[in-house]
Amino acid sequence: MTTSTAPTIELKPYTKKELVGDMPTWCPGCGDFSILATYFKLLEKRQIPREKITSIAGIGCSSRFPYFVNAYGVHFLHGRAVAFATGVSLSRPDLHVCVFTGDGDAYSIGGNHLTHAARKNIRMTLIVMDNQVYGLTKKQTSPTSPIGFKSKTDTTGAIDHPINPMKQLIAAGATFVARSHSHLPNHVAEVMDQAISHDGFSVVEVLSECTEFFPGAFDAANPRKGGKFELVPKEHDVTDEAAAYKLAMADFPGYFGVFMKVNRATKNALEANLIKETQAKIGIATPQDLLQKSFDRFA
Amino acid sequence: MTENMSGSTTGASGQPVAPDKKSIQDVVIRFAGNSQDGIQSIGGFLARLAGRTEKDVMTYMTIPATISGGASIFQVRLGTGDVLSAGDEVDILVAFYQHSFKDNIQSLRKGGILLFDSDNVNPDVNDAKFRSVGVPITSRTVEAIGGTAKDKGKNMFVLGLVARTFDLDVPKLEAMLQSYFKGKGDDAIRNVMNAFHGGYSYDIGKLMETFKFVPPADRAGRKKVVTDGNQAIAYGALAAAIRFGAAYPITPWTSVMEILRAELPKYGGMFVQAEDEIAAVSMACGASYAGHTALTGTSGPGLSLKSEAIGWAVMAEIPLVIVDVQRGGPATGLPTNVEQSDLNIARNGSHGDAPRIVIAPGSVEDCFYTTVEAVKLAREYSCPVIVLSDQALATRVEAWEMPDFKTCVKDISPTFEPRGPGFKPYENTPSGIPSHAAPGTPMVDGRYPIVTGLEHDEYGHPASRPANHVMMVAKRRRKLQMLALKLPPPEMYGPPEGEALLLGWGSSRGPIREAVDQARAAGEAVSAIHLRYLLPLQAGIQEIMQSFNHIFVVELNDRGVHGYGQLGGIMRAMYCDPRIRGINKTDGLPFKVREILAQLRQRLPTVPTAGMD
Repeated sequence: MTTSTAPTIELKPYTKKELVGDMPTWCPGCGDFSILATYFKLLEKRQIPREKITSIAGIGCSSRFPYFVNAYGVHFLHGRAVAFATGVSLSRPDLHVCVFTGDGDAYSIGGNHLTHAARKNIRMTLIVMDNQVYGLTKKQTSPTSPIGFKSKTDTTGAIDHPINPMKQLIAAGATFVARSHSHLPNHVAEVMDQAISHDGFSVVEVLSECTEFFPGAFDAANPRKGGKFELVPKEHDVTDEAAAYKLAMADFPGYFGVFMKVNRATKNALEANLIKETQAKIGIATPQDLLQKSFDRFA
Repeated sequence: MTENMSGSTTGASGQPVAPDKKSIQDVVIRFAGNSQDGIQSIGGFLARLAGRTEKDVMTYMTIPATISGGASIFQVRLGTGDVLSAGDEVDILVAFYQHSFKDNIQSLRKGGILLFDSDNVNPDVNDAKFRSVGVPITSRTVEAIGGTAKDKGKNMFVLGLVARTFDLDVPKLEAMLQSYFKGKGDDAIRNVMNAFHGGYSYDIGKLMETFKFVPPADRAGRKKVVTDGNQAIAYGALAAAIRFGAAYPITPWTSVMEILRAELPKYGGMFVQAEDEIAAVSMACGASYAGHTALTGTSGPGLSLKSEAIGWAVMAEIPLVIVDVQRGGPATGLPTNVEQSDLNIARNGSHGDAPRIVIAPGSVEDCFYTTVEAVKLAREYSCPVIVLSDQALATRVEAWEMPDFKTCVKDISPTFEPRGPGFKPYENTPSGIPSHAAPGTPMVDGRYPIVTGLEHDEYGHPASRPANHVMMVAKRRRKLQMLALKLPPPEMYGPPEGEALLLGWGSSRGPIREAVDQARAAGEAVSAIHLRYLLPLQAGIQEIMQSFNHIFVVELNDRGVHGYGQLGGIMRAMYCDPRIRGINKTDGLPFKVREILAQLRQRLPTVPTAGMD
């Protein structure tokens, strides 16, 4: 908005150390550690002023993320982080807004908000740490759990056809869609870096193993475990939605890398433009003037 | 009307009466037609004219729940004194069609006038309860406009008739019509003016008496504006410096968001239509957190959906303004009818101990100032504030004093002064009020705050320690106890002691006052308290109640399973006073004065009068 932007303070460069917040509460071996370390690395590289960094999360193990980052952070409601982040992003164009969430938070209860934030192209980066299970509540079926997965809510094996997050995100109109695997931190860094640079709604779906409740879920994509980590083909046109969708249709483990990267006006820019045009039309006027003008019509 | 039309004779239409002008102080006119007849237009112009000619006005209308077609009425009460309700009974019923006559005739008072379109209506002229005056509205309109306009413009013809009947300020009316229809083309303006003059030049004085309003007693003062309650809320939000809002369309809240969507860009702000109610309140929480206190709004169904997020704002102690324009419930209920049945959910909605502020405006003017105050309180106490309006206030038009924008317009832009060292957003201070830092605020010791819906310590870090939760729950409640000490005493109408006390809130304020006026005129010792703050409650209510023998809480909701309406139940719980009873109704219509008095008198076999022993 045209009214408030915090001044950018010149600080001496910070290291990852200064970004460390609370001690993570994740289980040893949790895939989320890798994403946290990568985020620190990227922020250290970019030197975004810490007071401008705003991490927002919903509910779930991965949503504990903001506590572990020493910057501004919010722990909001289950499934609603993207909507909250929309309010932050639209009203404060000077902030770096990153949303950290999981498969349940993003694709189950939060699905509708994801769709609309994507189609409106709200400026933010969304990192979905997908472990295909509900970990915090101790092993219930997730919308991304594969058929046959034995959980406490499907003791004889999950029966529901899972969501394909990549198809969902492409169809919703997200302007940057990428996929990665927490066991390959260099790859995570590469796509997350691009995601943060992208001006628009950027999503990275990261397979992030829950060692406690679904160990080995992603071994099939981990070369170190005998799996195949197949990158998005070099010739893939990241502006071609149908091609991206086709990649998304591949059977598990599927492809990794950037599926979609298009430029489309963000809602942030469109609204800012609307304000600019409106104010240009009416000329300089204080709120008092504007209100008096409106009320003179009511008299 | 307050002047009795004594000596009026019943009889068939066309019977001449003496053509002199009768002096009146107020009149209630109901226009009954179909939704495409421009009924609202007539009422709207009359209401605007009232504001410009030092009269008070209140309107009441029904709209069919369908999108097109259907019967609709618009009722206007004009007066040179205070107009407190839209009128129990109608003095003049203007009926466009046979069904308009049939469906509305019972609202016409005894001795009132039925002004009917003789081209379409065949009233029972032998009914001695009212007088009939037939005017060939349709054919005369066609004649006046000529050409192919058919009968469009009947409403303007009727406006002319009314202007003639009540000796209204024609130059002002004509100026309003010219200005309103300016953008619609020369043909439209010509038709409008021809229709209007057709009606005005119709010699209505041959058929019935005409009237003249007595001049108002010293009403010199500020200019008046004429708006409905929703407009007052929207512009109140702008005056209060709201610059970000998000909401979802729902009747009867929608017009507020439509105004804000169009207006906020002029002020450098924005209003977002969200994908659902929960997204809307979440966005508002985000914007508030990020430093610009935000507003969202809805009706009952949306308030139910927003309750989790409201609880989050209570826990995280983030300012948030939620407007609830109440309608008939529960569930989808009665979308276009008034009710005051969201009080309990406004005060308590959300799991856990989640105290928040609840305020309810009692008039259209109050809608403006209450919204300004709601924003101020939300920021001061860093918590959700719910503004409880309703469908009646939202849609009714009143004339009120032009606000002084030099004093009521605020600036609430965030500041980013560095904080710390050891910044504690949730410090356990005596006031209980938190101190937030919006993102962008530097922390001198490099330690940044977290905001969460989990129970947390003074730094905002999650904490489930027993003593901590005790402290934090007390802190969040204590800050509202501090507010309670600062609230003004409740608004008293009538002497502070007597026989019966009426207690009310929200849009019923006007009819309750009028009921007190009528009761006192009949020698009954009745007074009223009007509550504007529903949480926390104002002090002093108990002391006032002690000076009365009977207490009735007047509200548009059900007596409930245990016999008390929503505010009634709250009063009973607060004051443990078995004398507290309810005057309730749930027909989806505003209180008529006589309904309040009937319930009051029925429950008090004899109401002892003042001065009699």
